[in-house]
Amino acid sequence: MGVEMTEATGGIDFEDEESGVVKKFMFVNRKAPYGTIYALEALEVVLISAAFDQDVSLAFLDDGVYQIVKGQHTKAIDVKNFSPTYRALEGYDIEKLYVEKESLDQRGLTEADLLVDVQVMSSADMAKMMAEQDIVISF
Amino acid sequence: MLHIVNKSPFENQTLDSCLRVAGNADGAAILLTEDAVYAASKGNSNESKIKAVMGKVKIYALWPDVEARGMQDRVIEGIKMVDYGGFVDLVAEHSNCQSWL
Amino acid sequence: MKFAIMVNEGVYQHQATDSAYQFAKAAIEKGHEVPRIFFYHDGVYNASSLTEPPQDDRNIVSRWQKLAKEHNIDMVVCIAAALRRGIKESNLAEGFRISGLGQLVEAGIQADRLVVFGD
Repeated sequence: MGVEMTEATGGIDFEDEESGVVKKFMFVNRKAPYGTIYALEALEVVLISAAFDQDVSLAFLDDGVYQIVKGQHTKAIDVKNFSPTYRALEGYDIEKLYVEKESLDQRGLTEADLLVDVQVMSSADMAKMMAEQDIVISF
Repeated sequence: MLHIVNKSPFENQTLDSCLRVAGNADGAAILLTEDAVYAASKGNSNESKIKAVMGKVKIYALWPDVEARGMQDRVIEGIKMVDYGGFVDLVAEHSNCQSWL
Repeated sequence: MKFAIMVNEGVYQHQATDSAYQFAKAAIEKGHEVPRIFFYHDGVYNASSLTEPPQDDRNIVSRWQKLAKEHNIDMVVCIAAALRRGIKESNLAEGFRISGLGQLVEAGIQADRLVVFGD
């Protein structure tokens, strides 16, 4: 389960953690892993955000749900399998993982196909959840 | 909340996803930029989808992108045009924004 | 109002960086502040000192430099994304600085809005 993403921590400015402001940050993942780097680099941002004591959530919609599907084996494409990192997020106190039901349905997936505990919600509830945020960073 | 879409509706499902999630949301607005402005043109096959949500959410298109793509005489009635300053205003007026990349 | 901007695509390949520039410029013209622009993913190429566009095209890198200088914008390039793509201090265009992802989160905390431009 090791989180080997130490390169992402480079240059972090820890002095700025002290501001005391807590905002609602949502990271919206809509892209599949491996085909492009967006999912991996999104995860690196998520891990860094944990150091800032903000109210962080992740949303998975569209092909983003493929990021957290079980059974990823990447050895043969020689790309790091970063899917175990989603399970490690809990250790960073990032526990709000939201998945849009419609996106799962479209792809023939159910919650049982996902490798991490998530909250599955309707499109309408996802819209409400997004609207409540201060900052939405989408990938 | 302001939703920003920049993909042609003929290239992928981003606009559909945005409409599915935000199309019925209170206080939502959708801004079409870059290649998404093709969705704002009359007679395109997405016109009915756009019109279906227009009663509930406001639809805007970025005029410089509309004009750049030769769509200026084809814009669906009821879609509001904004320039970059108007884009800034939309972001400022809404409590938050999401780019549907 | 303070607008933080995130640029996720490189130069010339995608309009995202042009849109981000026009947005930043318009925000400033309207009296808003753009305290920081964060370059991520292929967006780090916006900070390459090695780009040479044709004479009759816009120079995306120098355009950013000019805007940042005139309006005191902190242009930050993600170090992890940059190193992956061969952007380092030796080919970093003036006016940009390389730092960590924490700068993006911090920008989100400090700004009133964060707008993402990408593909």
